[in-house]
Amino acid sequence: MNTKDQVIAIIAEQAMLEPSDVKMEHTLEDLGIDSLGLVESIFAIEETFDISVPFNANDPQASAFDISSVAAIVAAVTQLKSEQHG
Amino acid sequence: MHRVVITGAGSINPLGANVPQTLEAMREGRCGIGPLDIRDADRLSIQIGGQIKGYDEAAHFNRQQIALYDRFTQFTLLAAREAIGQSGLTFSGDLADYSGVVLGTSGGGLNTQDENYRAVYEEGKNRVHPFIVPKLMNNAAASHVSMEWKLRGPSFTVATACASSNHAMGQAFSMIRSGMAKVMVTGGSEAMLCFGGIKAWEGLRVMSKDGCRPFSATRNGMVQGEGAGVFVFEEYEHAKARGAEILCEVAGFAMSSDASDIVMPSKQGAARAISGAMKDAKIDPRDVGYINAHGTGTAANDKTECAAVADVFGAHADRLMISSTKSMHGHLIGGTGAVELLACIMAVRDGVIAPTIGYEEPDPECALDVVPNEARDATVDVVLSNAFAFGGLNAVIALKRHQ
Repeated sequence: MNTKDQVIAIIAEQAMLEPSDVKMEHTLEDLGIDSLGLVESIFAIEETFDISVPFNANDPQASAFDISSVAAIVAAVTQLKSEQHG
Repeated sequence: MHRVVITGAGSINPLGANVPQTLEAMREGRCGIGPLDIRDADRLSIQIGGQIKGYDEAAHFNRQQIALYDRFTQFTLLAAREAIGQSGLTFSGDLADYSGVVLGTSGGGLNTQDENYRAVYEEGKNRVHPFIVPKLMNNAAASHVSMEWKLRGPSFTVATACASSNHAMGQAFSMIRSGMAKVMVTGGSEAMLCFGGIKAWEGLRVMSKDGCRPFSATRNGMVQGEGAGVFVFEEYEHAKARGAEILCEVAGFAMSSDASDIVMPSKQGAARAISGAMKDAKIDPRDVGYINAHGTGTAANDKTECAAVADVFGAHADRLMISSTKSMHGHLIGGTGAVELLACIMAVRDGVIAPTIGYEEPDPECALDVVPNEARDATVDVVLSNAFAFGGLNAVIALKRHQ
């Protein structure tokens, strides 16, 4: 699986949906993922890709990690992978 | 119904090793939060806390006691010694049978668990000290207080996360009010600043890396602290008959459950506990001069708490003062309500309102008088202490000035 498919699989599991039902333009809100679900998804992303994601639940918007849509999360994970694994 | 008063107070926390030191630090707006000095702190992403610095257990307890007393029990016993000493009470005969201990803690002997898991998992040891179970159990502190001062009545431990102390003190209050007990030693303790304790909290992503700034627009999370607060709650006529010094009256208590989310707070749940405590105390909301806020410094708590206060008090919300002393001592989790009750006693007894330090910038969602950065002199007759726990369990205590 490539990064995009892995991120979608993580989000789909959290949202209790089939991966095919998760679209790149979806927001986490569209998918019914609340703040606790988001924190759990970020943990899964860190474990899956062996990266550290900068994220403070007190102010998700101020975090360097863009969570505005599935596409944004995929892009952010790709970026962090290249920064942290070269 | 019997009236309940406080005749003794004790504490050890990041601001001081006793009550006078703590109140002095609160008056001066001193910060007890700093770099964490614990094993493997370099592997933590959160490296600050309200730690009790320069603490030497051997200065207070002997070898046999240390083998049985986890850090949270040690803090409890030191605070209890101060509180019971101040009350001047000794327990024997009927009084001992009608006096007990109700304490709050969330993690109990977490340092003991952490150290011994390390021994068996990391170091591969196949043997631990024989007293690990009695040392780590959540009721160890309450039991040792009952043993040391011969309190033979009802004693137990309450664990409701961040509201543990308030729930415990509420039980103590109700037991004296109903006539079940004459004197209750109550409050709470927490010693969660160990590698596992912090690591678990890190996971939630609600911790600040640089400080606790409740209600400030620049806040970015909570900071953990450690310590204990212990009080002597006494039936009023009993205290009066023996000429005891009365610090204040415990006027009312209420608890509520959000019944909604395991971590996100609810305005309605908080509001029901606040208004419930005033109703229980038969006080007019307009008489409340100060609220010691739960004020954790997280985005979720502070705006929900301010909205609840605004709802309950209406126009009076703009006239009362509300501060979070967690800005100075951090969040003592199961012990926090007890240490915060000291600020409430200072308000009604001494007329000094503890500040919310670290306040940098107003947040329109927390638009109340949060007593920013500097303590204030003010005469207040009635104060509330809020505690809202994970799991949606809320407990609010009302105190009255004793005249």
